[in-house]
Amino acid sequence: MKGFLGVDVGSVSTNLVVLDERGNVVSLIYRRTQGQPINAVKEGMKEIQADLPGDIEIIGVGTTGSARYLSGVMVGADIVKNEITAHAVAATHVVPQVRTVLEIGGQDSKIILLRDGIVIDFAMNTVCAAGTGSFLDHQSTRLGIPIEEFGSYALQADVSCQIAGRCSVFAESDMVHKQQMGYRMEDIIYGLCQALVRNYLNNLAKGKELLTPIVFQGGVAANAGMKKAFEEALQTEIVIPKHHHVMGAIGAALLARGTVRDGKTNFKGFEIASIDYQTRSFHCKGCENNCEIVRIQVSGKTLACWGGRCGKWEVATAEEAELLLQTSI
Amino acid sequence: MKATAPHMGRLDLVLKDIFSRTGIDFVMPPRTSAKTMQLGLRYSPEFACLPLKVTIGNFIEAIEAGADTLLMAGGVGPCRFGYYAEIQRYVLQEANYKFNMIVLEPPAVGWKLFIETLRLLAPGKSIYQIWQIIRISFRKARIMDKLEKYALKYRAYEVHRGDTTEAHKKALEIMEPAFTDMEITKASEKAFAVMEAIEKDMDKPVLRVGIVGEFYVLLEPFVNLDVEEYLGHMGVSLERSVYLTDWISPSSKNQIMGISDEEIARAAKPYLNHFVGGEGLPSVGHTIIYAKEGFDGIVHLFPFTCMPDTIAKSILPQVSRDLDIPVISFVLDEQTGKAGVLTRLEAFVDLLASRKKHRELARV
Repeated sequence: MKGFLGVDVGSVSTNLVVLDERGNVVSLIYRRTQGQPINAVKEGMKEIQADLPGDIEIIGVGTTGSARYLSGVMVGADIVKNEITAHAVAATHVVPQVRTVLEIGGQDSKIILLRDGIVIDFAMNTVCAAGTGSFLDHQSTRLGIPIEEFGSYALQADVSCQIAGRCSVFAESDMVHKQQMGYRMEDIIYGLCQALVRNYLNNLAKGKELLTPIVFQGGVAANAGMKKAFEEALQTEIVIPKHHHVMGAIGAALLARGTVRDGKTNFKGFEIASIDYQTRSFHCKGCENNCEIVRIQVSGKTLACWGGRCGKWEVATAEEAELLLQTSI
Repeated sequence: MKATAPHMGRLDLVLKDIFSRTGIDFVMPPRTSAKTMQLGLRYSPEFACLPLKVTIGNFIEAIEAGADTLLMAGGVGPCRFGYYAEIQRYVLQEANYKFNMIVLEPPAVGWKLFIETLRLLAPGKSIYQIWQIIRISFRKARIMDKLEKYALKYRAYEVHRGDTTEAHKKALEIMEPAFTDMEITKASEKAFAVMEAIEKDMDKPVLRVGIVGEFYVLLEPFVNLDVEEYLGHMGVSLERSVYLTDWISPSSKNQIMGISDEEIARAAKPYLNHFVGGEGLPSVGHTIIYAKEGFDGIVHLFPFTCMPDTIAKSILPQVSRDLDIPVISFVLDEQTGKAGVLTRLEAFVDLLASRKKHRELARV
C-alpha cells in the first residue's frame, strides 16, 4: 500500500497524518509539541509507524507549521509549505465547495476565503493571541476543568455572560470578576467562547464576505461552545471536518501528493525516530549583519542551516554548509 | 566638521559622493543592524514611528565613530517626519551627546533658508558650483537607482540563486569611484553590463508584484526584513513605488519610478482626493495604477503608528475589491517577527500563483 505523510509541527501540537493515494486518512497522530519540536516529531514518527499497516510505502512527504523547515530537514520533505496554504488545501479536499475557512490553532488564528477552489484572500492574527487555543488551555487549567470538557460546559449555559475579549489578560480579569459576582461556571465559559468569536471576527474577518459553506478547523474546533458561538454570530451552520485537529498535516500530505513525480521521494524513513539530532545557533561573521544562524546536526555532521538575511545558508547543501561554516564563524 | 546622516538604502553612497565634492569629511555610520535598533529604542519615545527610532540609533553610532555634525532632512507635515530632526536633537542632547545639527528644510519652508543651509554644507562654493555638484551627484545617484530597479525586476528570473544580489553589489562598486561626467558614463555602461550578464531564464513563470507604502521602510532593507530579496527568490518580479532619487529630488516627475505625482493623484482621486501626508495618497494611487497595468498583486508596507499609510490601509481593501487585485498590508516596527511576515508572504505568493494559473486555464 502506498501513502503520503504530512507533518504539521505547531506551537502547541505536532500532528502526523498518512493518507492513501486517494487522499483518505489511513492513520493520524495528535500530540503536544511541549516546546520540543525535534522530540515531538521523533515520537510522532514512532507512534504512527506502529499504527500503520505493515506493507505501507511512503511515496511523498510534506511539512507545515511553524517548525516546517526543521521538521522538513528531519523527515526529508518533498515540499515545505506555510500553514495557510496547507489548511486551504485540506479544507477544499474535505469540503470541495468550501468558501470560508475559520482556523484556530494554538497561537495562530486564520481566516481563508476561497472561490471556486482558489484562495482569494486570507488573514492571520497579528497583534495578539487572545482567542487562540493557548488562552483557552490556560483558562481551563485555571478553572480546573479539562479542556476536553470545556465545550460541553459551554453548551449548558442558560444566560449569556458578557466577557471582555479584546485582550487575554483583561478577559481573564473579567472572568475572575464574573466568578466573584457569582455567575455560573457554564455561563462564564460560554461567555468566553462568545468573546473569542467576537474578537476573531473583529480582528480577522472585518470587511470580508463570509460565504457558506463555512468550515471550522484547528484544535479549537473541538470545542462545541466555539462552534455554537460562531453559528450564533454568523447566523449560519458551520461544518467541522472529522479530522479538524490535523487539517494542516492533511494539507501537507496532499501537497506532497501533488509534488512528487515518478515516486521519487526524499523521505528518510521512519528510522529517523532513533537519530540523535542536535541544534545550535551561532552568529555568522560573513558580513556586518551578524545574523543568528541555526544549525541542525547529526553526530557532528551538519544537515542544514538557516536564519540568515542573505539566504546563503538556506540554499547550501549539507556539504556546502560545512564549507561555509569553516569560513563564516 | 565631520558630518553624518542616517542610513536609508544607499543614501550613504550618494552623500559620500556629494561631500567628497564639497570638501567636507563624511562619517558613514555602521550599517543599520540589531545593535542600531537597540540603541535607538533605548532613547526614543515608545509611540514614535519606527524610522525615528532607527535613525536615532544611526546618529548615536555615527557620533561614537567620530561625527560631530548631524545632517537631517526636515519637512512640512502633516506626517511626523518633518518633526524628526527636532525630536532627535532633543533626545540626543538629553542623552548627553555633543553635536551640531543641520536640518535641511525643503524649499517649501523658504528658499532663503534652503540656500543658506546648502552654503553651510559646501563652504566657499558659489551657488553655481553647488548646483553643478548636485547635478552630477544626482546623475550618478539616478544610475545607481536604475541598477536597483533592474535588480528588483530581474531577480526572479536568475538561474543561480544569489547572482543578482552579487552582481548588484559589484555594479555599485563600479559606480562608486566614478567622479567626472565621463567616468560616470563609462562606469554606468560597465555596471549595466554586469547586471545584464546575470544568467536568466526568461521563460520562467514569474509573478509581477508592486511594492507600495511609506518611503523609509521601502528603501531600508534592514527595516523591511529584506522582503524584496525574499520575494525575488520566490519568483516575484518587483516594481517599487519609490526610489531614493525620486524621494530626495524636489521634482514631481519621479524619473526612476516613472509615474509623476500628478498621475498618482489623478489615479487615486475616486478614493482619496487630497494629500494626507507621507505616502498615504501615493500608496492608493500606485495600487490603482499597478492594478490597471495588470500586476498580479500588491505588497503594502508601513511603520506602526504611521498616520498617512494607516489611511491608505483602510482604503486599499475597497480598491482591491473594485479592481480585483490582491493586496496585503504589513505594519512594521521593532516588535515585528520575521517568521510571521515571511509565512504570510509565502501564502500570499501561493494565492497569486494559483489565481494566475486558474485564470490562464480559464482563458484557454
